Amino acid sequence: MKLCWFHLMPYTDLPDDFKDSHNSVWVDIDSRLFKPEKAHHMYNDFMDELEFAAESGFDGVCVNEHHQNGYGLMPSPNLIAATLARRTQDAAIIVMGNSLALYNPPLRVAEEFAMLDCMSGGRLVAGFPVGTPMDTCYAYGMNPSQLRERYYEAHDLILKAWAEPEPFAWNGRYNKLRYVNPWPRPVQSPHPPIWIPGGGSIETWQWCAEQNHVYAYLSYFGYKAGVATMNGFWREMENLGKDPNPFRAGFLQFVGVAENRDEALDLYREPAEYFYNRCLHVDARYANPPGYTSEATMRAKVKSQVLQAARRATDQSMITAPTFEEIVDKGYVIIGSPDEVADQLREVAINLNVGHLMLLLQFGNMGKELTLHNTELFAKQVMPQINGLFENEWQDEWWPQTMAASTRSEPRPILQTTLQ
Amino acid sequence: MNKPSTRVVKVNGSGCRIWENGDGEPLVLLSGFGGYPNWVPFLEHLASKRRLIVPSLPGYPGADGHRLLDNQLDWVSATLDLLEAAEIDNTDLIGLGPGAALAAEVAAMVQTHVKRLVLIAPVGLFDEANPLGDIWALRDSEVPAMFSSQPEKFAEALSCPENEDEVEWRILQTRAREAAARMLWPIGDTGLAKRLHRITAPTLLLWGDADRVVPPDYANRFADLITGPCEIKIIDGSGHRVDFDAAEQTAKTILSFLH
Repeated sequence: MKLCWFHLMPYTDLPDDFKDSHNSVWVDIDSRLFKPEKAHHMYNDFMDELEFAAESGFDGVCVNEHHQNGYGLMPSPNLIAATLARRTQDAAIIVMGNSLALYNPPLRVAEEFAMLDCMSGGRLVAGFPVGTPMDTCYAYGMNPSQLRERYYEAHDLILKAWAEPEPFAWNGRYNKLRYVNPWPRPVQSPHPPIWIPGGGSIETWQWCAEQNHVYAYLSYFGYKAGVATMNGFWREMENLGKDPNPFRAGFLQFVGVAENRDEALDLYREPAEYFYNRCLHVDARYANPPGYTSEATMRAKVKSQVLQAARRATDQSMITAPTFEEIVDKGYVIIGSPDEVADQLREVAINLNVGHLMLLLQFGNMGKELTLHNTELFAKQVMPQINGLFENEWQDEWWPQTMAASTRSEPRPILQTTLQ
Repeated sequence: MNKPSTRVVKVNGSGCRIWENGDGEPLVLLSGFGGYPNWVPFLEHLASKRRLIVPSLPGYPGADGHRLLDNQLDWVSATLDLLEAAEIDNTDLIGLGPGAALAAEVAAMVQTHVKRLVLIAPVGLFDEANPLGDIWALRDSEVPAMFSSQPEKFAEALSCPENEDEVEWRILQTRAREAAARMLWPIGDTGLAKRLHRITAPTLLLWGDADRVVPPDYANRFADLITGPCEIKIIDGSGHRVDFDAAEQTAKTILSFLH
């Protein structure tokens, strides 16, 4: 099983009364709350944490894209990925990812991902999200009725651009290009593995199966709420005649490790409550632009009791202000001693049949010290208990094909300069 | 109420419903936000004096094909196809909201199609200093008061009738919102301001004074840009959907202008 360390890069200094005194953490968040000098430290702490995770033996480090968002400070995850390409050695760099329809032309993604793949020596996982309504339709003004059409066209264009050796013309519905010929090209051939972060839409499952991409269910509501969706995904794979290779899937889980459960309850209470109460304070006005959800998915969601149950589990948590006890009870955050965490994660991986676990070991306003502690305990005492899972039975065809370490360039060390 | 006769014409290969009711000189109407799932009193008032023809724009109730339209030229072209199928020819034309924006485009592009023009709270312009209401960022509970000055009554009119399937009813309404969004997202400026000078037909600009979607001040901007003679009428106590809030008065005002 692949264990990937995921950073959302939340702004860690939202006020205590944020939920009561502000409308939303996303789209129209109050710009006066943003202090650039504090953000300087946040970014640098966050990058330290990602680098530490890579050094600690995590298989990959993950970054993602959000806009006008108080819990996601990466409008451009590619900038962070570029620093990781220089400051980490072997870990996969998983960009989860670039919202394809927002790039004009979408070839920008083909170019930047190729740059990252070259810089990192073939360590890139290319994540292609559609993007949330808040990011795409409200912050970036993308038409919700055209978003998916543009997304699919961008996907086809990027894949062809990476594969085609000759310059070609592209007469798409939304993109007209006379000379498509990205330079550079990715190290990985024909292209880096493609992972699709998704919600619960059946069309996305079918499309992932057809394209042979990884489906990554990135929910903030943990494994209990994720069971229904992942069961639906695997049923659909079976219907489509695909094998149940767990590496077809990814899943996001918050984790807090401590010496024992009581200490974990104590250590992770504040950051978890910060995340679920302040960071997820999103105005529902920005959640459902017309056309974002297809009619087929609307019908399926109403008719499918399974998906309805999943939605109820999610909706309820969006409206109430959960305490840490509820957060833990519902499985949003898995906490405990290393053995307890390992047992729970093994159960999650097996029950959901996911080979790529994306772990949030920093969440909410968790500071660097605790984040590194959590990461170190996980790496030393949890990782060895679970990282062998699935590896003997299944081949991970969706993991980067990296250049051999001996053939990769080594960045020169950073030296302290002294002005004479 | 008399039931309208219904026929379906093809626009870009997709079916669009055309309702027709009443006798007399033809009068064509393009619906506004949400379209018309049912024949309503406003249409009945107009049909009592004229041969009223109500084509459904792509994506609005009774019609499909909005996802084939990618830009304003596609929308205008589809509207021309639809109106020509409805046999418009030097005919009086009414539009509401997005239908009014398209009626204005038609009057600007093919001046011989439109004899007299009635624009009811048209969209298509955007003034940063006096922006349109954001109809795309509403909670379900906020929708009625955004569109109507009688929100409770309007909410009832939007709710699923007993004989209809609740899921399909909701999808019908979402599809109409999507069709409007497809043309207007994110702020509703369709570039119409560049073409309004081509309108030479006598034009009635009709607004509810309590319109929260398109501020009534926009009437003056339309009147300034349109070349033909313009008359502005404000309906007191009405929201954006004057056809709902003041059905009879709105119909009378229109018929009196067209007399």
